[in-house]
Amino acid sequence: MSWSETFRTAVEALLGRRMRSLLTMLGILIGIAAVMLTVGLGEGARQQITAEINKLGSNLLIVMPGSLSNASLRSSSSVMTLTLDDADLIADPAVAPDVAGVAPVMGTRVSVQYGTDDWSSQATGTTTAWPEVRARNLIDGRFFTEVEQASAAQVVVLGPTTAGNLFSDTPAVGQEVVISGQTFLVVGVLESVGANSMTNDDDLVVLPITTVAQRLVPPSSARSLQAIYVAARDDAAISSAHQQITRAITVNHARTTADQDFSIMTFQALLSAMDTMTAVLTTLLAGLAAISLVVGGIGVMNIMLVSVTERVREIGLRKALGATPALIRRQFLVEAGILGLLGGALGVALGVLGAAILTPLLDLQVTVSLPATLLALTVSLGIGIGAGTYPAARAANLPPIDALRSE
Amino acid sequence: MSALLRMVGVRKTYDTGAIQVEALRGVDLAVQQGDFVAIMGPSGSGKSTLMHILGCLDVPSAGTYELDGVDVSHMTEAELADVRNRRIGFVFQQFNLLPSMTALRNVELPLVYAGVPRAERRERAQEALRRVGLADRVDHRPGELSGGQQQRVSVARALVTDPALILADEPTGNLDSASTHDVLELFHELHDAGRTIVLITHEAEVAQEARRVVRITDGLLSEGAAVPS
Repeated sequence: MSWSETFRTAVEALLGRRMRSLLTMLGILIGIAAVMLTVGLGEGARQQITAEINKLGSNLLIVMPGSLSNASLRSSSSVMTLTLDDADLIADPAVAPDVAGVAPVMGTRVSVQYGTDDWSSQATGTTTAWPEVRARNLIDGRFFTEVEQASAAQVVVLGPTTAGNLFSDTPAVGQEVVISGQTFLVVGVLESVGANSMTNDDDLVVLPITTVAQRLVPPSSARSLQAIYVAARDDAAISSAHQQITRAITVNHARTTADQDFSIMTFQALLSAMDTMTAVLTTLLAGLAAISLVVGGIGVMNIMLVSVTERVREIGLRKALGATPALIRRQFLVEAGILGLLGGALGVALGVLGAAILTPLLDLQVTVSLPATLLALTVSLGIGIGAGTYPAARAANLPPIDALRSE
Repeated sequence: MSALLRMVGVRKTYDTGAIQVEALRGVDLAVQQGDFVAIMGPSGSGKSTLMHILGCLDVPSAGTYELDGVDVSHMTEAELADVRNRRIGFVFQQFNLLPSMTALRNVELPLVYAGVPRAERRERAQEALRRVGLADRVDHRPGELSGGQQQRVSVARALVTDPALILADEPTGNLDSASTHDVLELFHELHDAGRTIVLITHEAEVAQEARRVVRITDGLLSEGAAVPS
């Protein structure tokens, strides 16, 4: 008996019990669709996080005061171990050749006033390198200049949210705002990078670091930095830049590697941490969804067992006419395999449809990849055949006379 | 004429756990090529067991059985399936046609397992159906045919592989007298055409149609007249 003949017989048997075949497939269908959607959601979330972190700058390193390994130091907000000296040191190509740009940041909460409007925001005192290092653009006006920085000029660049809140109708550039009782000229407005769960990079006021040090913070903290943003030459240079910065600051602070009073964060580390987290979450959810696949497989096994019992006479007749046990087994395995594969294919279709519906609904790209689809089809075929093995063996081992005798 | 099938000292014992049932207690039987033999016996005589062994659906517990020159007493299931497929054509009391398939495809079924290509299968099945007078019913399903027609389809199915032996198990048991007559007439035609037929029945009138009658009682054979004494 040829394979095509086996398939033909199997399809006819399944079509002869259309309703039951459909209901049996439903178990596999739901399982596959559920697994595909959870994996798709996880993959979509991962891609979104990756994109967002890349937007922050994948070649970015952040040097922060306090040691990561020293909890008491880290938690204290008054750590003042990073200074402008450190920033100047890192910026020296002889010290850190893999560093492309350095933007020290001195920060404080401020209240910004325009006319009668009052808005609380984050003041970021930094250098002219900041737009380059943080990969920020301006939608209006310009960034402050070296000259303004050197003279601690009273100029300010507004974040898009800040500008929007203070200037609803008029353009912000050219207007004057009052920060901590002093008047500042708005010279530019930043382009939005979108708020995310970690920081709000759209609500801030950016000023020359000299201005912040002299006018906005108390003299005691006029030299201590909130952070130093460093751009490595490229993504590949991150780890060498990391080493160069660590060595330079450790020496500068007269410390050893064991008791560093600063820490360096890279988005790559964050990226891999987020990756791990989404992977764990996805695996967990997919595992739950996979339980329904197991139930679907049991459904296939159940229906195949019923089918064998119902078709005892047919099996007996086929054997009398010359079907070997192997051929009988093959026929039932193919039937179970078709149930599994077809259920899986419909499940994939439902998964794709669900992804298309969920993507705009959740504002999250639900990704259904080709490898995932192929894997789903393989798994559903495997479940069908696996679930069909025992019923098929029972059919194959039926003695022909017992089978023919049954009424 | 040479012996097409030869049984020597065939025994069959069923072990039902508590007791052992001896269904056949040493059967010797030879059937010549081209013969038409009826095996007669009441139920419980071992008639069905004998039919199963004759049809290679079961193997004897002891003794030898040669069919068409081949010893089938110790064959595996797969080998027996091949012997059934090539050398035996079955006609059952219950017809045993698959209800979802047309007459043509029912007749084709043994050829499917013989691995005959589709076009040839079709041709041979049509020829077999023509042979039993159902050329105009090839596309009918069993449910659309009368009992006599269904049994003729199963005779066509038995013929289609051109087997050495046609084994009929109570072929008229489910038929009215007119259909019984038709089917027996068909067997006569096949016999006249040189086929070897073994017919198992408990009806004397049916057994009388055969050229030779063998009686089975309590698992033992005796040659004799068709009419019970």
